[in-house]
Amino acid sequence: MGTVAAHGLCKSFGKVQALDGVTLDVPDGSFFVVLGPSGAGKTTTLRAIAGLERLDAGSVRLDGRDATGDTPAARDLAMVFQSYALYPRHTAYENIASPLRARRCSSSEIAAAVERMSSLLHIERLLQRRPAQLSGGEMQRVALARALVRSPRAFLMDEPLTNLDLKLRVEMRTELTRIHRSLGGTFVYVTNDQVEALSMADRVAVLKEGKVQQVGTPAEVYERPANQWVAGFVGSPPISLLACHAEGDRLVGEEGWTLPRPRWTTAEDGRPLLLGLRAEDLSVERRGEASLPGELYGLEPLGDRTVVDVQVGTKILKVKARPTVTGTPGERLLVTVDLDRAHLFDAGTGLALSEAGR
Amino acid sequence: MAGIEVTALHKRYPDGTVAVEHVDLSIGDGELFVMLGPSGCGKTTTLRAVAGLERQTTGDIRIGDTLVNDLPPAERDIAMVFQFYALYPHLRTRDNLAFPLRAEGLPKQEVLERVDEAARLMRLGPLLDRRPHRLSGGEQQRVALARALVRRPRAFLMDEPLTNLDAELRADMRTEIKHLQGELGTTMVYVTHDQVEAMSLGHRIAILNRGRVEQIGTPLEVYDRPASLFCAAFIGSPPMNLIEVEVADGRLRGQGGLVLTPPPGLPGDRRLVAGVRPEALEVTEPGAERSVPARVVSAEWLGDEMIYVVDHGGRRDVRVRMPPTVRFAADAPVGLRHTGGPPPVYDVSTEELVA
Repeated sequence: MGTVAAHGLCKSFGKVQALDGVTLDVPDGSFFVVLGPSGAGKTTTLRAIAGLERLDAGSVRLDGRDATGDTPAARDLAMVFQSYALYPRHTAYENIASPLRARRCSSSEIAAAVERMSSLLHIERLLQRRPAQLSGGEMQRVALARALVRSPRAFLMDEPLTNLDLKLRVEMRTELTRIHRSLGGTFVYVTNDQVEALSMADRVAVLKEGKVQQVGTPAEVYERPANQWVAGFVGSPPISLLACHAEGDRLVGEEGWTLPRPRWTTAEDGRPLLLGLRAEDLSVERRGEASLPGELYGLEPLGDRTVVDVQVGTKILKVKARPTVTGTPGERLLVTVDLDRAHLFDAGTGLALSEAGR
Repeated sequence: MAGIEVTALHKRYPDGTVAVEHVDLSIGDGELFVMLGPSGCGKTTTLRAVAGLERQTTGDIRIGDTLVNDLPPAERDIAMVFQFYALYPHLRTRDNLAFPLRAEGLPKQEVLERVDEAARLMRLGPLLDRRPHRLSGGEQQRVALARALVRRPRAFLMDEPLTNLDAELRADMRTEIKHLQGELGTTMVYVTHDQVEAMSLGHRIAILNRGRVEQIGTPLEVYDRPASLFCAAFIGSPPMNLIEVEVADGRLRGQGGLVLTPPPGLPGDRRLVAGVRPEALEVTEPGAERSVPARVVSAEWLGDEMIYVVDHGGRRDVRVRMPPTVRFAADAPVGLRHTGGPPPVYDVSTEELVA
């Protein structure tokens, strides 16, 4: 068993309200990612679950039992941090074995556990080396093996990949999902990187300013963002947002454009809205029923695709295109819009409009 | 405005450290030229030598027609931008933009014209009479960028100016820098370690490694045909799959039997590695035509695409880029096939492109 539940967590540091009623339910065995920008309260949430932070209000339940007053040790959770913090004078083997030695496991138990972890993380050949003889990526693997060698109730991970270079991060993403599948434990994983969240999580909680904005599967968070802010934070390039309102069977933009009103929306005429359009739901290469006139602002080749920046009024739309697309800044063009995949938000509250009709 | 010529640049510090081994660059007038490489590759030292903040050990630097080796920074008529500094909080956007121009002693009329032009180019019109606290973070950055670029030096030199911004703002600023540079037409040399930034900004990119230039080319040239294994591993995320290949009967075959389209002129007598982009591969149903057996290690959904990591030919890390709608589960047996044109092929011992 390894369920983790946080209910109504509140915590302030002086005048700063770090957590403002954070509620999370982490199912047993899930890879649960807490995603948000710096200052969102992610690390404080994780520390509160671990028992490293005194709460102003709220409760933490582990396996259904109230653990709010428990010491960190009594909670039986393992924490993995950004820094590796390996013992420099000990071999990789001794580093991995240390949590078990502290718990007075027998040497045969320790040997078996270290062997299992080193084969899982593909570091069998490194066991007799000291940290100074390991590369950054190898140290990260040893640190992970040490964190994972016990079988605690759940693993809490605070941006463990942040200090790795891009190439290693890509590799470790794959490794962590594979390890999670093999171990079957509960992972609570904190990150500010939406790519990590989308690619690894079973479920994602998106945090901003100490409040949970949305909890869902990666697909739900990406395809049905609960509000304008989540829509902007998740996805790269960022979603384009255009001010508009409905008028009969049209959407009328603040910048003068009109589009057919999406069939699925029931927004009343005149209510200020934001139309959210993702780069892959826009095209300058296809023709369609719905389009926006604009001017080419710039081209950003990325190799496997090019992002075309199109100026519509004073806004820039990001449009995904083939890598070889060409054009001259200032040239007029039409952006085809896939309205079935568009999003509408209330411009005042930022909340997504009901998509029940979709 | 002016082009920049760097010839046989070499920089050794008194302690014997060689920061730049040998760098030749020919940067065109009006070009947005990016120097890309990991830390310690020599890109910042090269930039600082162009700026005059660092004296090269040997080699020449020309800006326009002027040999500037012995000129102090102030006489080179270039602007070095380290980051886009905070705006003056008590000044309206209009005056924040005008400040560096007035400081240079420009006539009033010209200051007004430059501010108007910057406002038009950067879509700042509605913001001109606001003070910084009434601007969003992104708007503040746009004003700061416009302020840095309203001066008209012969060239701008930028050293990772976006490093401290969050991902969303960084993406916006890339767009704005590229647009504004294009409109102003001023030569710009931009240093970064971020390959996405380099690709999306540069007209051309120089990839530096250990004080030497490994490749110079347009973004698509360096992406499609990296000049060395170093460049192949550095550009693109996820990076190229480097697959050991054999040439037999004019065919190119990877470990595990994957058949690749062979480029012409392959040498047959050496150990070779092909660089296969994730989007040049395809995960199929098992047994599909031209496919070889593989197994899904993980499926990484990124919203607008899916990255499959598959186990094939004795390795567990072959990466394949697919549309987000195609779904194969982890551990599923699948097929793997090559769908792209001839891949670049490298000699394992020299690490250089051979075909």
